[in-house]
Amino acid sequence: MSEKVEKPTNYYVPEQSKLPIIGSVGLFVTVLGAGNYIHNTTGVVKAEEGSLPSIMASMGPYILAIGAFIIFYLMWKWWSTAARESMANMNSAQLDRSYRQGMMWFITSEVMFFAAFFGALWYIRVFALPWLGGEGVDGHKAMTAVLEWPGFQNLWPLTVTPQEAKDGAGASFSAMGAFGLPAINTAILLTSSWTLTIAHHALIDRNRPTLILFTWLTALLGAIFLCLQAYEYYHAYVDLGLTMGSGIYGSTFFMLTGFHGLHVTIGTIFLIVLSIRCSKGHFTPENHFAYEAGAWYWHFVDVVWLFLFVFVYAI
Amino acid sequence: MSLLRKVMSGFVLFVSLFIGSLCAAEPEYSTLNLRPGVTENSQRVFDLHMEVVWIMLAVAGLVFAAILFAVIRFRKSNHPTPAKFSHSTTLEIIWTVIPILILAYLAKPAIGLLLDMEDTTKADMSVKVTGKQWYWEYEYLDSSVKFASRLSTPVEVYDNRNNEPVEKGENYLLEVDNELVLPVGKKIRFLLTSSDVIHSWWMPDFAVKMDAIPGFVNETWTRIDKPGVYRGVCAELCGALHGFMPIVVRALPQAEYDQWVETKLAEKAEAERLAAEAAAKNWSMEDLMAKGKEVYDAKCAMCHQKGGEGLGAFPALKGSKIAIESDKIDEHINIIVLGKNMMPKFGEELTDAEIAAVVTYERNAWGNDTKDVVQPARVTELKAGN
Amino acid sequence: MAHDHHPTGISRWLFTTNHKDIGSMYLWFSFIMFLIGGLMALLIRAELFMPGLQFFEPNFFNSLTTLHGLIMVFGAVMPAFVGLANWLIPMQIGAPDMALPRMNNFSFWILPFAFSLLLLSLVPQLFPDGPPNFGWTFYAPLSTKYGPASTDFFIFGVHLMGISSIMGAINVIVTVFNMRAPGMTLMKMPMFVWTWVITAFLLIMVMPVLAGAVTMMLTDRHFGTSFFDAAGGGDPVMFQHIFWFFGHPEVYIMILPAFGIASHIIPTFSRKPLFGYASMVYATASIAFLSFVVWAHHMFTVGMPVAGELYFMIATMIIAVPTGVKIFNWVATMWKGSITFETPMLFALAFVVLFTLGGVSGVMLAMTPVDKQYHDTYFVVAHFHYVLFPGAIFGTIAAVYYWLPKWTGNMYNETLGKIHFWFSIIAVNITFFPMHFSGLAGMQRRVPDYNMMFEGFNQLSSIGAFMLGFGQLLFLYIVINCVKGGKGKATDQVWEGAEGLEFTHLPSPAPYHSFEQAPEVK
Ligand code: HEA
Ligand code: HEA
Ligand code: HEC
Ligand code: CUA
Ligand SMILES: [Cu+2]
Repeated sequence: MSEKVEKPTNYYVPEQSKLPIIGSVGLFVTVLGAGNYIHNTTGVVKAEEGSLPSIMASMGPYILAIGAFIIFYLMWKWWSTAARESMANMNSAQLDRSYRQGMMWFITSEVMFFAAFFGALWYIRVFALPWLGGEGVDGHKAMTAVLEWPGFQNLWPLTVTPQEAKDGAGASFSAMGAFGLPAINTAILLTSSWTLTIAHHALIDRNRPTLILFTWLTALLGAIFLCLQAYEYYHAYVDLGLTMGSGIYGSTFFMLTGFHGLHVTIGTIFLIVLSIRCSKGHFTPENHFAYEAGAWYWHFVDVVWLFLFVFVYAI
Repeated sequence: MSLLRKVMSGFVLFVSLFIGSLCAAEPEYSTLNLRPGVTENSQRVFDLHMEVVWIMLAVAGLVFAAILFAVIRFRKSNHPTPAKFSHSTTLEIIWTVIPILILAYLAKPAIGLLLDMEDTTKADMSVKVTGKQWYWEYEYLDSSVKFASRLSTPVEVYDNRNNEPVEKGENYLLEVDNELVLPVGKKIRFLLTSSDVIHSWWMPDFAVKMDAIPGFVNETWTRIDKPGVYRGVCAELCGALHGFMPIVVRALPQAEYDQWVETKLAEKAEAERLAAEAAAKNWSMEDLMAKGKEVYDAKCAMCHQKGGEGLGAFPALKGSKIAIESDKIDEHINIIVLGKNMMPKFGEELTDAEIAAVVTYERNAWGNDTKDVVQPARVTELKAGN
Repeated sequence: MAHDHHPTGISRWLFTTNHKDIGSMYLWFSFIMFLIGGLMALLIRAELFMPGLQFFEPNFFNSLTTLHGLIMVFGAVMPAFVGLANWLIPMQIGAPDMALPRMNNFSFWILPFAFSLLLLSLVPQLFPDGPPNFGWTFYAPLSTKYGPASTDFFIFGVHLMGISSIMGAINVIVTVFNMRAPGMTLMKMPMFVWTWVITAFLLIMVMPVLAGAVTMMLTDRHFGTSFFDAAGGGDPVMFQHIFWFFGHPEVYIMILPAFGIASHIIPTFSRKPLFGYASMVYATASIAFLSFVVWAHHMFTVGMPVAGELYFMIATMIIAVPTGVKIFNWVATMWKGSITFETPMLFALAFVVLFTLGGVSGVMLAMTPVDKQYHDTYFVVAHFHYVLFPGAIFGTIAAVYYWLPKWTGNMYNETLGKIHFWFSIIAVNITFFPMHFSGLAGMQRRVPDYNMMFEGFNQLSSIGAFMLGFGQLLFLYIVINCVKGGKGKATDQVWEGAEGLEFTHLPSPAPYHSFEQAPEVK
């Protein structure tokens, strides 16, 4: 696939590829491992020692590791192939457009993935908690608090869950404030968007040093964000007693910030790869789809954070 | 193409049969159609249903007639040169507007009816209904009567697999041990909730179907016009025995209802007295075994099976460690009192004596010959410790 | 430039980047899933032949219902449509292949693995507490706190399928927006392409939401969160909102491509252009838009505030309007045409007629006060099988008959095709029509046993189901027979009235790479 080709005019259909089937096997092994790993750690499998399910469960971590390795290998191969093709000038303008649009739609699907969790947060706060807290109108859920959850009060952040209120227990954790670390993290991500834009402009202006510097800088900001978030989680678990099990507040908090953090991680790796590729001179003002894809992805992650900051931390 | 015509006319026949059977349907317990029911709202629901059925059949009939006409009149042998037209704004406006009008016509009565159905205010009495795997629990909030209501048909009757075929009664899946007794002519508010998964309390004769959601309390209501016995079912998939948690309502005139409440309260007081007495006394092995078998067959066999052999997710008790090892007696009692995962908790529903009896029974039946005798006092003691 | 050597053997299929190969794999996969899902339906119908428990534990019966629904929806209908999209879209828009061929292969090969995860749960040695048993809608908390161990693999299976569908959908959209032949403007695109773009958009919007829902299930099951548990401040009903936000658009994902198919077949055999092309496009788009805002009509008994019930009732009823436009346009297409009745046309006609029947029962269900009687009864089961079997499945079958000669270069056996049709249409009505009655009379869904009064109609349904099932084996035979040579060679245009690039610009069978050079579209 690496013969030299001039810029194609008609459409390029790549020849057969082993990558997809490797990826499918990788995904399969990964989830097989993950499922068994979960069963192993949570003891869901009630089976006898030595029976098939319990053997599978105990092998879970290893299967997962193999799966993760295959996936990692696949991604490495896939993207290096794509990069090689792009640099060998095998991608027509049309294919370049296809990649761009594909990336846009992929980000759209990511937006909808986050929408599910934001939707959950809004539904809980607008409907479920008021009903549980006795704010149902007469004739509609008004008896919920009376019969099921005496003593429960709907206060956000919800530090006393309905069950805890019913059992007469006090608050089991403290909520995460908005204006400490989270505010700093907001500033970091906003700055990173800015540095990335500078880098992108530098790419278009053929200003290599600025491009390389600012792309690295963006990746570095991403990494700092992640370190701070790791510290925030540590703080939550150890100092605040705030865990995934801390009622619906803990659930939504960790689900939303956790998936966001995962995306920052992916984005940061993406940026690091881009930085290296910048140093190698892979991008030209005319041909830098990968760079733009990374930039879009990073901005998307950034915007999600703004929503998080407002809806998870601030209000 | 005559074949086509045949089938098309067959189809028309089919639809007219459907219409015909609707007309011919007996108003009560039709096997074809909704029941008109015995409340004002269920009547209105039925009338609205019939109206929609007719209108929908008319709409579909029109479409079918047009298609039928087209395939006969414009088939190639009859109409060899096709026309060329491919749009007509007028037509398109017409067939956008007419459906809108039809829908608006349908929506109007539906809105009014819905508002009435959802208005649970100004009720005369309230019944709390709790769905459980797999039976209903009823609590009369005004008179503190409370009981569980289960399918009373024994498993041999509905399970054809390992049993000699048994004659099934007309309503064999719609019989319960304790009916929900309600007065006629009163606005009765139902408060629905669940203690495990989502169930749905459905009484077709009242046009009432409301989900019982764990942790929330839903409201709905009815006012029954006619005394009688009405049958319904759980209408939301709630696990293995979802198909086996029927509802039976017995509607009584007010005076008889009041009397029923009296007896129920007296029974309750008596039962409490007996329970206390039973708990205090020392039982013989035979008595415990007899009582235990009675309780087991009524309450436990549906999951753990008659012979204690268990079924799928329901563990076997025959030979189970918890039922044969002598240091596990307390654990055995506790799992019945407190429940565990899918095992319901029986601490409230069964008296201490009944629990002691069923534990003794399980430890000595089906070859679990432990000779252990458990007295109610031990249950009372453990309960107090919880 | 294009690689014309034709790879052979197993590696052709494993590593392929060719839209036709991938399309074929999708179609065969879907047919196998259809047989497996259908087999489960037959087991269900066998159990329901008589009152009383005949064969299965109630729990296993629930598993059968669950797997039947899941496999039919995600394994049979959706992959069948993706397969058709793969075969047809490049040919119809004048492209050599799909826009992202490697990803195309990836999205296919995920599926067999995803479904083996699901089917593995049937192996009792691996999963002693059985396969998923909470219905294809997997409501919490039955699926969270009370789900069997296999639920976790089901969850990951759904994740994989979601990844596959999203990649497939992205591929379709990008292909259509980016690979059309010069002159093929949006409003000249064939209807099948239009319906698929809109379907793809729906997929991209809702599959991630489903992924979110199952992710919350997973964390509720194992990581202590309480999204669907009131004790921690969550709400089981929230699960239903999220599920149906996906689920309702999903049912249109299962019908829009079939609408597109009918819009090709009916004009061809009426020898007359499609009536109201533009309004067809707008109607499809409106249906798709409305599908996002009506989800809670599946939840009229959960105790929503009455304002919500009213809104969802009215919004749902409105969907009948654009759908009606489509039905009337098809009738108008036939009007004054010159109609012949080859097998694809028969299936397309049956599609229009029986879909309408399923559609009007949908309108009945949309009316909240009466839906409180219909909900979760066999009336609903009748409704959705009418829109799904004679809808989605007949649509797919019609498409296969219609394009098979183009794909293989051979004509199928028309006599057998007609027999297949008449057999299917009679059986489908015997199977599903009686369910309207048993549902109205009070038989609830998802039960392994029922009262004496429902016996007659259930026996009818069961008999119909077995006829219907074995009738589809005839279809299998006809297709294999056609691939092997069938009734001789097909012409390039195949059908007298056929239009569209695949019939006017390509030979039969279509070449491995559809359009090496883009055709000019006027
Ligand atoms: C292909 C799949 C498909 C399609 C296209 C539809 C189409 C429709 N569906 Fe259906 N539906 C399902 C698949 C589908 N459905 C499934 C799988 C379920 C059950 C899920 C589960 O619980 O497991 C379900 C359940 C379901 C419910 C919930 C019932 C309940 O559980 O209580 C409702 C309620 O509103 C509903 C309504 C509708 C409506 C209004 C349409 C409309 O789109 C129909 C529009 C069409 C027409 C109306 C006919 C043609 C129109 C005319 C001829 C014009 C003139 C007409 C009038 C003026 C009325 N459907
Ligand atoms: C496209 C979707 C689709 C299709 C095509 C079908 C097809 C059929 N369905 Fe299904 N059905 C659903 C989607 C579908 N269904 C859904 C979503 C549900 C809800 C699930 C839930 O409640 O969660 C449902 C539920 C459902 C029920 C209700 C179950 C319950 O509530 O407990 C019933 C009952 O009769 C039923 C019957 C049938 C029958 C008889 C067919 C027939 O058409 C099947 C025809 C049979 C075949 C095609 C089989 C051919 C195979 C052979 C002859 C054997 C050879 C096999 C091998 C070698 C493997 N279906
Ligand atoms: C709704 C079904 C159901 C009913 C009714 C039921 N059980 Fe159970 N039972 C279960 C399930 C499920 C378990 C397993 C619980 C677990 O370990 O998760 C169980 C466990 C048990 C155990 C422990 C068995 C072991 O080996 O660990 C005992 C003892 C028991 N039940 C006794 C009873 C008695 C006595 C009754 C009646 C009064 C009863 N059960 C009624 C479902 C039921
Ligand atoms: Cu309880 Cu279904
Ligand atoms: Cu819907």
